[in-house]
Amino acid sequence: MGELNPQLKYPSDFPGQILPGGNGGNIVISKLDELINWSRANSLWPLTFATSCCAIEMMATGASKHDWSRFGTEVARASARQADLIIIAGTIVNKMAPVLKRLYDQMAEPKFVIAMGACAISGGPFYYNSYSVVKGADHVIPVDVYVPGCPPRPEALLYGIMQLQEKIKSSNPKARRGAITKFEEGF
Amino acid sequence: MKTNEEITNAIATGFPELEFYEEGSDFLNVFVPNEQLLEFIDKIRNDKDLLFDYMFCLTCVDWPDHFQMVYHLESSQHGHRLVVKVKLNDKENPKVETLSKIYRTAELHEREVYDLFGVRFINHPDLRRLFLTDDWIGHPLRKDYVDEINIIPLK
Repeated sequence: MGELNPQLKYPSDFPGQILPGGNGGNIVISKLDELINWSRANSLWPLTFATSCCAIEMMATGASKHDWSRFGTEVARASARQADLIIIAGTIVNKMAPVLKRLYDQMAEPKFVIAMGACAISGGPFYYNSYSVVKGADHVIPVDVYVPGCPPRPEALLYGIMQLQEKIKSSNPKARRGAITKFEEGF
Repeated sequence: MKTNEEITNAIATGFPELEFYEEGSDFLNVFVPNEQLLEFIDKIRNDKDLLFDYMFCLTCVDWPDHFQMVYHLESSQHGHRLVVKVKLNDKENPKVETLSKIYRTAELHEREVYDLFGVRFINHPDLRRLFLTDDWIGHPLRKDYVDEINIIPLK
């Protein structure tokens, strides 16, 4: 978040202008698409989902010292229905893959995916040449941001979250794969 | 608590074919012939001075010419420990007597060994796969396991 404008009291990265109306109220001038992207990027709710040691680092990122809610990644939700970000923190094995796919399908659009650590990116440094390990979570669900490391430090995950926010802000909300189409014409 | 020498003397009586060795760890290792395993375990489980009543590990090793079962036993009263090993010389169809009637925990551990190594446990009450799907072909922790899709051979 940017600095607050001392006169107008809104964040400097707010996509639009807020003008004083002269009667005590304000007038907002903005593009709706940019406003939607701005709100989506700054209210990412991650799913409580983690499969191995990267989970510890992810929890540290959410805990008081690093506190990812400073960046708008607020509450971790235990239900896929309420989450819009899934951080794959750990190895995905063949038995876990259908569960991950199902959780992803249960999440409402728009939904975003961060692959955290070597295991989620490519199967990992330890046991990738194996009958059981999926060699990269992007074999199962599409991934938006890859955060390398084993495990990545909390700073790296925060940077990955910020990269995802940049990606959301620069995207066209209507063009997302799987988005509800023909909304304007009614169902 | 008995020392390793005392355990050696106590369990050797009646079993002249045991082979003892220490491999630099705290554990005393003993090789037991395959056909004497059940009798041997039954004895050291119920002997008052030995009382190995707790099995804390059961696993298998795939050696080039044989499979090896490894049982880690402990006495919850005396505190001493013993590692029992059994050679299974039949590489194609390894078989060993189940210990699930003596140690209940062996039931699941033996299912795991059957799942991953293909060792058959004679008289096991419910010898099914534990982790893998029922239609899985082969036993993936065997050295000769081939999986052309997931595994790149290292040789």
